[in-house]
Amino acid sequence: MNIVVAMKQIPDLQQIRIRNRKPILDDVALTFGNIDKNALEAGVQLKEATGNNLIVVSVGAEALEDTIKEALAAGADEAYLVLNDEIADMESANSARLIAGAIKKIDDVGIVIFGEGSGDNYSGQVGSRVAEIMGLPQVGYAKSININGNSATVTRSLEDCEEVLEAEMPIVVSVMADINEPRIPSVSQILKAGRKPKEVLELDVTGDSMLATISNLAPDMQRKQIEIETIEKLLKILGNEGLLRR
Amino acid sequence: MAAILIYSDKTTLALELLNAAKLIAKNNNFPIKAVSINNDDQAEELAAKGAETYKIINPELSLSDTAAMAAALRQAAENVDADTVLLSSNRRGKELAGRLAQVINAGCLTDVKSLINENGSIQCVRNVLGGATIAIQQITTDKKVIAISPKAFAAATDEAGGSINECLVNINPSRIKLIETRAKAGDSVDIEAAEILVVVGQGVESQENLPAIMEIAKNLGGEVACSKPVATDKKWFGEERIVGLSGKICKPDLAIILGVSGQVQFTVGIRDAKTIVSINSDEKAYMNQMADYVLVADLKEVLPELVSSTLENQK
Repeated sequence: MNIVVAMKQIPDLQQIRIRNRKPILDDVALTFGNIDKNALEAGVQLKEATGNNLIVVSVGAEALEDTIKEALAAGADEAYLVLNDEIADMESANSARLIAGAIKKIDDVGIVIFGEGSGDNYSGQVGSRVAEIMGLPQVGYAKSININGNSATVTRSLEDCEEVLEAEMPIVVSVMADINEPRIPSVSQILKAGRKPKEVLELDVTGDSMLATISNLAPDMQRKQIEIETIEKLLKILGNEGLLRR
Repeated sequence: MAAILIYSDKTTLALELLNAAKLIAKNNNFPIKAVSINNDDQAEELAAKGAETYKIINPELSLSDTAAMAAALRQAAENVDADTVLLSSNRRGKELAGRLAQVINAGCLTDVKSLINENGSIQCVRNVLGGATIAIQQITTDKKVIAISPKAFAAATDEAGGSINECLVNINPSRIKLIETRAKAGDSVDIEAAEILVVVGQGVESQENLPAIMEIAKNLGGEVACSKPVATDKKWFGEERIVGLSGKICKPDLAIILGVSGQVQFTVGIRDAKTIVSINSDEKAYMNQMADYVLVADLKEVLPELVSSTLENQK
């Protein structure tokens, strides 16, 4: 059985600067989102528990061939990639189509793991769309995953309760950030990552556009940024503004 | 005229969607239809708020089976001739949104925090780039699935003209088995409802400081919240107290932020606060630029003073 983890290459959000309310994305390094790293770690733990092979699947701009080494170093055995320099900001429906297309090239898929949402767009659609394209059952917002033979038991966390669900594999699961703490790869793992197999798939990357972006600006918010020296002064000011004594 | 269909597993959120649908229907005269699934009480609530309600009663249909739920909603949308489906962007709703959109070949936007009706075309406002920017986006396909954030709209109030109809759907045998539903460990604090929040960041170095921080919040009549790593890495609090993109989006009157560096995924959850105070030992912390009042100080030293002076303030 193969364990598949789907990851999205995103701009390093901490490097994005805002100029005239517009985001500046030039020269911003690309990386994987934090929750995607939790998805990968969940895959690595299942691989260790079951002795199965772990394949990471990703769709993105050409730098992905380099970025993917992060995932190979952190425990993935091989990578299936779809490279696309044409469309900088791919829509969820198109990403899902390409990820599903890549997964279909993998034999004997047992579980496909996503993060609950990407670090940049956090729209959470791709996992659900892939599950539908592949005709698989899905469980979102997992906080634990166990595989016993051919079935998976997943505990998912909703706002007001938890559900324990069981399904025959294959299954699509999305995980939450608190499912695990991603490990930091060792130096030897990082060195080995470059030699792990990478398959670049030739899929038609153009998809129908379903969305239009009218504007995308940083919120306009000016704060006073007044420096206060003491707690006493601070509370006096807050008191005068009617923010205390409720 | 193609209708707007609304659905949420939570009745309060369904009533919010009813108001969202009314905004979309303005200038369009789109009829609004509501669907409830295995929930008679919700059907009655929706009808009492004036909605033409279609109730699906089908013991084979489980809310936990997203594939089956998407299949049911596709059939409901076809039955009432709806092109636009509004869902709630809570966890169940968000998971359902992507699947339903794929089933009906619709463009989809989730976590939509407000809607603009621009002469009949619907613009959706949502955070992108981890919250660094706010995008206004439009779905260009005929079929649309929009998942709207909780509390983005007020809940609809009583109105005449509602009705309850039945809606039949065919469901394939489920491949997901619900073994157990259990109450969540942790507390039931609602940080989104708090008027004052005291927010713990990683700059609060020791868990020993937490009792003092709890006391400060109590003295102020507020709640304690935290940044994501404090809950997910340090495990000092449960996820219900996380402020930020993948936590809660809060709009308190006053937010006192203790030792938070101010990454955008955090600030997106607090930037709508009326007044922000940042207390941080690092004068260069980005959080300070996002604050109205900044105190550069060692938290260990100022916390005791903050406890005693907020206690004083209570008297």
